[in-house]
Amino acid sequence: MRLLTHNMLSCNIKGVKNGYPLRLEAEKWTEKEVDFNAKFLRGIFPKIDWPALVGSARSFGFNDLLPDEAPDSSLLASDDDLLRRFHHALLEIHVEEGGLVCPETGRRFPINKGIPNLLLHEDEV
Amino acid sequence: MKLKQIESLLGRIQQFSNPKLDLEQYPTGPHIASRMLYTAENTFGDVNGKVVADFGCGCGTLGIASAFLGADYVIGIDVDLKSLETASQNAENLEVDVDLIQCDVKNLSSRGQVIDTVVMNPPFGTRKKGSDMEFLSVAFKVASQAVYSLHKTSTREHIKRVALRDFSANSAEVLCELRFDVPQLYKFHKKKEVDIAVDLWRFVP
Repeated sequence: MRLLTHNMLSCNIKGVKNGYPLRLEAEKWTEKEVDFNAKFLRGIFPKIDWPALVGSARSFGFNDLLPDEAPDSSLLASDDDLLRRFHHALLEIHVEEGGLVCPETGRRFPINKGIPNLLLHEDEV
Repeated sequence: MKLKQIESLLGRIQQFSNPKLDLEQYPTGPHIASRMLYTAENTFGDVNGKVVADFGCGCGTLGIASAFLGADYVIGIDVDLKSLETASQNAENLEVDVDLIQCDVKNLSSRGQVIDTVVMNPPFGTRKKGSDMEFLSVAFKVASQAVYSLHKTSTREHIKRVALRDFSANSAEVLCELRFDVPQLYKFHKKKEVDIAVDLWRFVP
């Protein structure tokens, strides 16, 4: 699971109102290079929840990878270094083992072999 | 990538080893999958540079086909872990990145407009009535650009009505009618191979 996927997932337990963002517990992860596509990154930037992305990057100890505040989109057009860091956070970090924790209920969804398990129990549907 | 090349690469995908009857796990063959995604990209520009989600991805055929056609990010969602592990292996063998999520599609909860296009070969709803429409309903919620889906031709009028009326689709169009070869996977199939007429739909949410 990469951080773009994390950025769009919220807790799906019935009745939960504040199920976003899921807190990422990363126990094992890998980094893998993917092709850099500036057009794609600029297009997806406005759709990303920035604080959630910064928070998830921090769970790997990447404390200075991204600025706390969402940068202005014009900055992404001119600042190649920032765009590359955004690229790295969003697309190149793969969580292999760990969990996703609902901020409201504390329910933990495990991640094994890179696949988060968001199946609900009978009483959660 | 050329159509023939995509079809041939998809032919290397490992399919369900023990298909589960209740989930209607019919593999999407390379012929249909390659044409579905080729059309989505070359006629409508819905794949290249996009975020594509494959609902009920099974062994990952449609998601992997999307990656071949230039999708920048592919997400495969399925309820069955065994299938997802096969999909993961298939993606690795074919050297594409596909993010996989184990989730019942009808319970998927996502934020924002990240996903552009949904592609799917949903359960036809023959074993569990209405499961095809559950998939479609969620697809309409998450896709911002287009939904591609396969449904039995016999349900054409019903699909069109529900899409336009209940899901407020901007458009619902059958792109072509295909023959879906369902090999004899299950005991209740008496014939060796059953040919089902299937529509390839394109919906604009």
